[in-house]
Amino acid sequence: MADDLKIPLLEELEKGPWPSFVSDIKSVADRKPMAADLLRQLEKSYEDKRGYWKHGGLVGVMGYGGGVIGRYSALPEDFPGVSHFHTVRVNQPSGWFYTTDALREIVDIWDEHGSGLFNMHGSTGDMVLLGTRTEELEPTFRALTEKGWDLGGSGSDMRTPSCCVGPARCQNACYDTMDMTYQLTQNYQDELHRPMFNYKFKMKMSGCPNDCTAAIARSDMAVIGIWKDDIKVNQEEFAKYLDDGFNVQEFVVEKCPTRCITVEGKEINIDNSNCVKCMHCINRMPKALAVGDDKGFAINIGAKAPIVEGALFGSVIVPFMKIEDGDYEELYDFIDRMWEFWDEHGTARERIGEFIERVSLATFLEGIEMEPSPKMVKAPRDNPYIFYEEYFAEEDEGEGEGEE
Amino acid sequence: MATEAKRVTDIGPPHYEKFLHPLIKENYGKWEFHETLAPGVLAHTGPNGTIYSVRMSSPRLVSSNFLRMVCDLADKYADGYFRFTSRNNVEFLLANKDNIEPLKKEIGEKGFLVGGTNNAISNVVHTQGWVHCHSAATDASGLVKAVMDELAEYFTTEKLPAKLRVAVACCLNMCGAVHASDIAILGLHRTPPRIDHETLPNLCEIPTTVASCPNNAIRPTSVEGKTTVKVDEDKCMYCGNCFTVCPAMPMADPLNDGVSIWVGGKISNARTEPKFTKLAVPFIPNNPPRWPEVTSKVKEIVEVYAANAKPFERVGEWIERIGWEKFFDLTGIEFTKYHLDDFRHAGTTYRRSIHNRY
Ligand code: HEM
Ligand code: HEM
Ligand code: SF4
Ligand code: SF4
Ligand code: SF4
Ligand code: SF4
Repeated sequence: MADDLKIPLLEELEKGPWPSFVSDIKSVADRKPMAADLLRQLEKSYEDKRGYWKHGGLVGVMGYGGGVIGRYSALPEDFPGVSHFHTVRVNQPSGWFYTTDALREIVDIWDEHGSGLFNMHGSTGDMVLLGTRTEELEPTFRALTEKGWDLGGSGSDMRTPSCCVGPARCQNACYDTMDMTYQLTQNYQDELHRPMFNYKFKMKMSGCPNDCTAAIARSDMAVIGIWKDDIKVNQEEFAKYLDDGFNVQEFVVEKCPTRCITVEGKEINIDNSNCVKCMHCINRMPKALAVGDDKGFAINIGAKAPIVEGALFGSVIVPFMKIEDGDYEELYDFIDRMWEFWDEHGTARERIGEFIERVSLATFLEGIEMEPSPKMVKAPRDNPYIFYEEYFAEEDEGEGEGEE
Repeated sequence: MATEAKRVTDIGPPHYEKFLHPLIKENYGKWEFHETLAPGVLAHTGPNGTIYSVRMSSPRLVSSNFLRMVCDLADKYADGYFRFTSRNNVEFLLANKDNIEPLKKEIGEKGFLVGGTNNAISNVVHTQGWVHCHSAATDASGLVKAVMDELAEYFTTEKLPAKLRVAVACCLNMCGAVHASDIAILGLHRTPPRIDHETLPNLCEIPTTVASCPNNAIRPTSVEGKTTVKVDEDKCMYCGNCFTVCPAMPMADPLNDGVSIWVGGKISNARTEPKFTKLAVPFIPNNPPRWPEVTSKVKEIVEVYAANAKPFERVGEWIERIGWEKFFDLTGIEFTKYHLDDFRHAGTTYRRSIHNRY
């Protein structure tokens, strides 16, 4: 380790049971002056209780408008190792699955061209290669593409889509999250790499309403698996839960949000017409219950963190859709219409959720040629300020023909 | 370089299939059920066999040494296959059940924890903080480390009433999307940017700077004959977006930057609808390296929740059942005027019934 590394405050964070990022950065500090200076600058931040970074301005690789976050130290004389400290976002594989061979290739590239430090992963999904100099960006990019990797998004573009494990390791998956993520990413490479939108657009794919990727809270487009038919029941396995002393009454029946479960003797009955697919009973008894066969997904649009107009969860725009025989045309078509309308009528830095609130859901649906449905609302409006667009003129009273 | 390979672009990520364990490929889309063998150890079974997942803690900010160590473990125990979870844990994917215990043992020896499943506190989703971001009002990695040192016993066990998700974001841009976590720690600036009228005219483009403010708080103005900007302090919500485009408007304010704590958010649709987190503690000054006031408050909230919630009740569901007044009573957190919403639709958070608890 670099001998002159004096970081007593940070070293406090090497104690305790949770793995320490300080120890990890330290472990490369002797061969990476960048990592050593990162620790030195961070130590100063801990002393002074403030950050010392400047925004990076426009840096990147040729032909791409995103994928690199520029970053410069505000104290380059004191910490020359991090005078440049740009981040490279690398598009992760679906479900964050790796082989050791593949990951070692990335590690080798970053040991050669960057700081040897990573975030695995960023909250959008990318691998975050943390810290390099401007002149290393293009060589890094070349080395990555030679091994079959590409950059993720940043800026006002489609951000790197990400997904839960879905069918790769979860019985709850109602559609192929892994494949959809791959297909969407490939289909929209231009939108991913060249920011042309009003603002960022994030997509996350969760295979069921458990929503393990937090799609409904943090993606402009949340694709969440759901089914339409009956929950599959294995009565034999259900009886075993009872026999094992699991308190089905208290922990399942009474927790069902629509109280649509009854138990008679050792048999469970579900009134599926009232089940809202909340997943609770299936989560509690995965051996006895499973999602149905008529599976697909809902699409909720518009989630975002608070900046600017307040936080939003995504709301239902497509109550149900399914992909058959790997044909994504209907989904692409929906996305294209949505982007086109948002592009034309949205303002700069207006996320699609804020856009819908501004122009109203009705206008948005019209703009993307979709019919309203009670599945899109908690309740109909409770105010009478209705802007009627059709009314009768004197002569056709009783005819029932609307007029513009 | 001897041979210059042709420059390619827009190839996208590699296809996931080549990273899947053969056992996963054989059961792809056919999984039948899963069991938890121990905290951090899941067994997923399909018609073609069972795959065992061993979940390991990670600091998220990791070095190439860490990743090489993970690869070595995966080669030794998991046929070279592993993944990361959506909360930054590492998951080794084992075909051989007999490898579970030796792997757990070696993970322990290397100083990492196994856990994070079911009714546990999983890894903390977080952001860059002082390690990389110009906007940060606090550090993220350090807060996470300090908080998880306190809560590690809840990572390695499943003794909570339900799962408990903690998230940290270092400014209100909330890259960690903390607005729907059981407990969220959010860094906040509390003062508007300070404007350096000396350097601003040279460093910043005025129209871009004006346009950068999401709240239209920035206006062009003239100081000593030079065109610069002014900030309408009533409109500023301390987001730092101006500093992003204009380095002459620094945000950092060591005296006033700090941390707030939020509770009761939830993502999943299980039982109740997704919920936003709500304000619990409006402000705690930064106290690095270990933020003791923050960690003890978070731990207190976890312990009060653990002692009072019913099985399978998430933090937000528990609070809704007992009422917010009881939450503040039980945790001893002071209720202040800052807890009253004054932003858009604030009225929807006011109590409009006589349903009160005494
Ligand atoms: C509109 C408000 C936002 C602004 C202005 C913003 C700005 C930034 C900036 C400046 C960085 C660079 C940090 C660095 O130095 O590496 C960053 C990183 C990042 N942001 Fe945001 N962000 C916003 C919201 C979000 C949200 C809501 C998410 C996720 C749902 C997000 C996901 C990320 C991710 C994944 C990174 C990479 C580093 C990490 O994971 O910590 N951002 N953001
Ligand atoms: C039997 C039911 C469930 C199964 C089989 C299941 C399965 C999984 C799997 C496979 C992952 C890893 C996903 C990934 O990283 O891509 C995961 C993570 C997660 N799940 Fe679930 N889940 C279940 C119930 C739930 C419930 C009820 C919730 C929320 C209340 C939930 C919330 C989460 C979250 C937040 C993560 C991220 C955790 C992490 O990465 O450490 N899950 N779950
Ligand atoms: S979201 Fe559903 S399908 Fe995806 S991993 Fe979580 S439980 Fe499984
Ligand atoms: S999924 Fe939810 S709503 Fe449907 S039966 Fe189960 S507990 Fe009830
Ligand atoms: S939350 Fe704020 S400070 Fe933290 S990484 Fe995002 S923009 Fe930067
Ligand atoms: S901190 Fe945000 S709200 Fe305040 S002036 Fe800057 S951009 Fe506007």
